[in-house]
Amino acid sequence: MLKVEDLVVNYGMIQALKGISFEVNEGEVIALIGANGAGKTTTLQTISGMLKPVSGKVMLHDVDITKIPGHKIVSMGMAHVPEGRRVFAGLTVLENLKMGAYTRSNKSEIMDAFERVYESFPRLKERENQLAGTLSGGEQQMLAMGRALMSQPKIVLMDEPSMGLSPIYVDEIFKIIQEISDAGTTVLLVEQNAKKALAIADRAYVLETGNIVLSGDAKNLMNDDSIKKAYLGE
Amino acid sequence: MGFLTYLINGLSLGSVYAIIALGYTMVYGIAKMLNFAHGDVIMVGAYLVFMCMSNTGSPAIVSIVISIVCCTALGMIIEKIAYKPLRRATNLAVLITAIGVSYFLQNMALLIFGSNPVSFTSVIKWQGIALAGGQLKITGNAIITIITCLIIMFALMWFVKNTKPGQAMRAVSEDKDAAVLMGINVNATISLTFAIGSGLAAIAGALLCSSYPSLTPYTGSMPGIKAFTAAVFGGIGSIPGALIGGLLLGIIEILAKAYISSQLADAIVFAVLIIVLLVKPTGILGKQIKEKV
Repeated sequence: MLKVEDLVVNYGMIQALKGISFEVNEGEVIALIGANGAGKTTTLQTISGMLKPVSGKVMLHDVDITKIPGHKIVSMGMAHVPEGRRVFAGLTVLENLKMGAYTRSNKSEIMDAFERVYESFPRLKERENQLAGTLSGGEQQMLAMGRALMSQPKIVLMDEPSMGLSPIYVDEIFKIIQEISDAGTTVLLVEQNAKKALAIADRAYVLETGNIVLSGDAKNLMNDDSIKKAYLGE
Repeated sequence: MGFLTYLINGLSLGSVYAIIALGYTMVYGIAKMLNFAHGDVIMVGAYLVFMCMSNTGSPAIVSIVISIVCCTALGMIIEKIAYKPLRRATNLAVLITAIGVSYFLQNMALLIFGSNPVSFTSVIKWQGIALAGGQLKITGNAIITIITCLIIMFALMWFVKNTKPGQAMRAVSEDKDAAVLMGINVNATISLTFAIGSGLAAIAGALLCSSYPSLTPYTGSMPGIKAFTAAVFGGIGSIPGALIGGLLLGIIEILAKAYISSQLADAIVFAVLIIVLLVKPTGILGKQIKEKV
């Protein structure tokens, strides 16, 4: 479904990605783990067209999207939940969700999307008319995820969804990611919480200073000694 | 009766400021830049109306429409050539560029029209009404200006709240990167904002010169600065703020001219501005801008 080939990306003066390749198949949950500054966020931003690579390719459903401007990628079936949530603080929860459906024009499809999002996130329904900036961190994360789902994507990129949240919210967010996947959406998940990420992922890639150093079945990686030591704190 | 007359004149002048302030405030809200060339687009708009009316004898309304179309295009061209390449540059670089564009427009006008003032024929033929047995006269200029301002204001507020491009404007003004992730074309949205602001500047130019008929290449600069002040006064980035700021500024200016001193009027206007900003730094309707963590 999503294929990244030899991606090289410069971030200012630094080469943030040094030629990485990986693949996400339909229906999978893929975790991209690694330390701070390994290039995880850069990878997602390049896939969704916010950053342009120096070389390499991003293929979505066998279409080369490397040169397609970011705002056109949403309607191709990809949504991105950015790092730090980035909800529209001055707009209400309802207005934020409407923004998520910006590329859609079919009213009944939008209503369907609303229903599904409210089913996954009943809390958002309760806070419909509240300004997004006044929500708690966990609620904002839910809103950012709900907003991304409003475009009814085939694949969702999620950047550090558990960052800065209390343990209760972390569990809830991972439960919801599992539900999103169960509903048939492909997920590419970037996380620092490697333990939780590996627990729900099918496969994982380990990123270290711009290179993929390890990849494989998530369950196997969980038992890998070097992973245990470096990322799972065991 | 004198006071009422001054008040209405103030409202009328304030309405012009408000229409100009909208251009400043929308561009600031969406592109986060101060377009100091905005005032000079007013002057270009007024010259266009003047030329259409006096050279080709077009009716006022046709002249205004032509002027709106040309200014809209001018605004989009300015944005494309001067500001778009600086999208990732520092605010200071953009500000200096805007001042450069302002001088460029003034000097082009000097080259074409010369520095002698031309006498602008009012686009409003209606003489107005007389109330209280002829003691209170309200000019047609004042009435039409105030009504036009209110219509524009409500139309814009409706547009921003209820249309797709309006929605895009709100999203871009909140967070450009997140807006891209929603599928919003940020460049097109910024361009549209300049288009609307500059089209409004053409209307403001026609209305301003209908009340104050001496038109020179510098006509736009002082009202431009005052309208910018009005936008800050009302809370920059806010559409109703531009209305309130513009009207208050116009009223204060006219009342100060009438009752205190016409030489000191501008000083008084800016003194009030400074006091308001000391008490409420974000302006009357301004939002508290939180630093992102």
